[in-house]
Amino acid sequence: MSQETQPAVATPPAPGPKEKDGRTAQRPLVLRVLARPDVGVFLGAVAVYVFFLISAPPVREASAMANILYQSSTIGIMALPVALLMIGGEFDLSAGVAVITSALTAAMLSYQLTMNVWVGVVAALVVSLGIGFLNGWLVVRTGLPSFLITLGSFLILQGVNLAVTKLVTGNVATDDISNMDGFDQAKALFASSFDIGGVQVKITIFWWLFFAAIATWVLLRTKYGNWVFAVGGNKDSARAVGVPVNFTKISLFMLVGFGAWFIGMHQLFSFNTVQSGEGVGQELIYISAAVIGGCLLTGGAGSAIGPVFGAFMFGMVQQGIVYAGWNPDWFKAFLGVMLLGAVMINLWVQRTATRR
Amino acid sequence: MTDNHSTTHGAVLADEAPADGAPIVELRSTGKSYGNIRALHGVDLKVYPHQVTCVLGDNGAGKSTLIKIISGLHQHTEGDFLVDGTPVRFSTPREALDKGIATVYQDLATVPLMPVWRNFFLGSEMTKGPWPVRRLDIQKMKETADRELRNMGIILDDLDQPIGTLSGGQRQCVAIARAVYFGARVLILDEPTAALGVKQSGVVLKYIAAARERGLGVIFITHNPHHAYMVGDHFSVLRLGTLELSAERADITLEELTNHMAGGAELAALKHELSQVRGVDTEELPEEEDLTAPVATGPEGKS
Repeated sequence: MSQETQPAVATPPAPGPKEKDGRTAQRPLVLRVLARPDVGVFLGAVAVYVFFLISAPPVREASAMANILYQSSTIGIMALPVALLMIGGEFDLSAGVAVITSALTAAMLSYQLTMNVWVGVVAALVVSLGIGFLNGWLVVRTGLPSFLITLGSFLILQGVNLAVTKLVTGNVATDDISNMDGFDQAKALFASSFDIGGVQVKITIFWWLFFAAIATWVLLRTKYGNWVFAVGGNKDSARAVGVPVNFTKISLFMLVGFGAWFIGMHQLFSFNTVQSGEGVGQELIYISAAVIGGCLLTGGAGSAIGPVFGAFMFGMVQQGIVYAGWNPDWFKAFLGVMLLGAVMINLWVQRTATRR
Repeated sequence: MTDNHSTTHGAVLADEAPADGAPIVELRSTGKSYGNIRALHGVDLKVYPHQVTCVLGDNGAGKSTLIKIISGLHQHTEGDFLVDGTPVRFSTPREALDKGIATVYQDLATVPLMPVWRNFFLGSEMTKGPWPVRRLDIQKMKETADRELRNMGIILDDLDQPIGTLSGGQRQCVAIARAVYFGARVLILDEPTAALGVKQSGVVLKYIAAARERGLGVIFITHNPHHAYMVGDHFSVLRLGTLELSAERADITLEELTNHMAGGAELAALKHELSQVRGVDTEELPEEEDLTAPVATGPEGKS
């Protein structure tokens, strides 16, 4: 340790011309870019895309791309709030079944009471936000790991979904709501498609990119985003300097609730009916997409744009396997390999690039 | 709590207005129990502007509990805690901050992965624009952080580097600069020199002196009497949850302070026991009388 490595202590005042402390040599641009976690996942997504471009010729068509993006968007819309929550230092294992809970609420409420579907949609939003609030409130009140709390709510919701649906409809699925009042409006909002250059493009793709843009802006440009990073990076420090930690955490859980509601509504209005046993295992897909997207599992680091590419990789593989004519059973295995690969490449790239 | 409450404590308050010469923060036989554990009791402490009040004590003496009460993380269960002569009871650190009491914690209350400038403004971010698009004023924050740090003599090339990449001393100085910038009147420093090298400790002590010059009341928590004596105006030694010594700088020498820190009266008792043991030379150890400093809270008679 020579003079240079000591904090540059000049005699206080006199903010003269900008001096340099002479310690931070600028690292090469390539390394600095590579050190960004979302760049790693971007390269990964490109690699997977190129792989299927070569091995599955149908992927090259625009309609196939629209399909892949649609698949990605249904994962991606949920991966966003899950990623924000992860940056905030928490998990939500109930995210997968909460989607179904939301859809079931809307479907059964409006069908059984023969009301406008919008009543069900709004009620489902309230329920979803409520589940998120409860998860968050329990986490901040008990101080228990969110893994345990949400594992509990995951099991509860899974059971309630099945039991209540059977109780109400006498079946494992809800009744078809496609001829009810307001259905077409709601479908237009949650599950319609556009014709762009002769290709049918689902509206969820636009919602996905819209939400991603908002999430990125909020995360990097607002007070709230600053708090999200802070509560994930060091909860106690954040609290000590006056960040409302509990509010931030609970609101993040509620954001996941909002995502679950949106995807739940999408599923309901595209299939007209909901299978009550679905959704199990989806939460891990969302979490994987967030992790592949460069969000730190322990919180405090990540981006909203990374999970977009993470979700794209998943959608690409899911559809790519079909287009390549392989057995779709391989999907999960493929995902696992991708997750491990992406995480290790990310680690390697970051270590190489951040080495001083 | 209103001002009316303060009058019920009669006697003390000729100084309603917080002028120079009146303590900003005052503790009167304050204590704190966690369940049936009495972590702190009977502590009197006054913090004046332009003064460094040192709180010394060994591990577990109650230093942390004391600052947690003042900084609003915990609430006292006995006695009174007054700010500007008004009894207060903070439920969050935010309330303490609003009263101008800022704390620089041992772990510095920084988020290691976040950039320096974001850490500087964390919890008190500058924003611009109307509500739906109210956003961080990043440029202004970076400029302000850079200016404030330079005023404190800390020069950083890249405010975007994660604060975790700075050295301990630098982070300490950033934390102090932050507290000073946000208008702290009382600065609580929790063992700022504990994990630092000699030279870096010197830097931090310099900032403590600088903060005092700017008119702040500083509460300097440490277990190093040498560091305390370099900058302190008043010394309070905690021992087993209560005040063992409270002395002005003029009334105490470094040697006495060190002895008190090291166990004071108890050591003298230990000396008697050790003298029974062969092979221990007790002649060189100080006598109990040498250790008795003025203004001790109670007689430490032990023999």
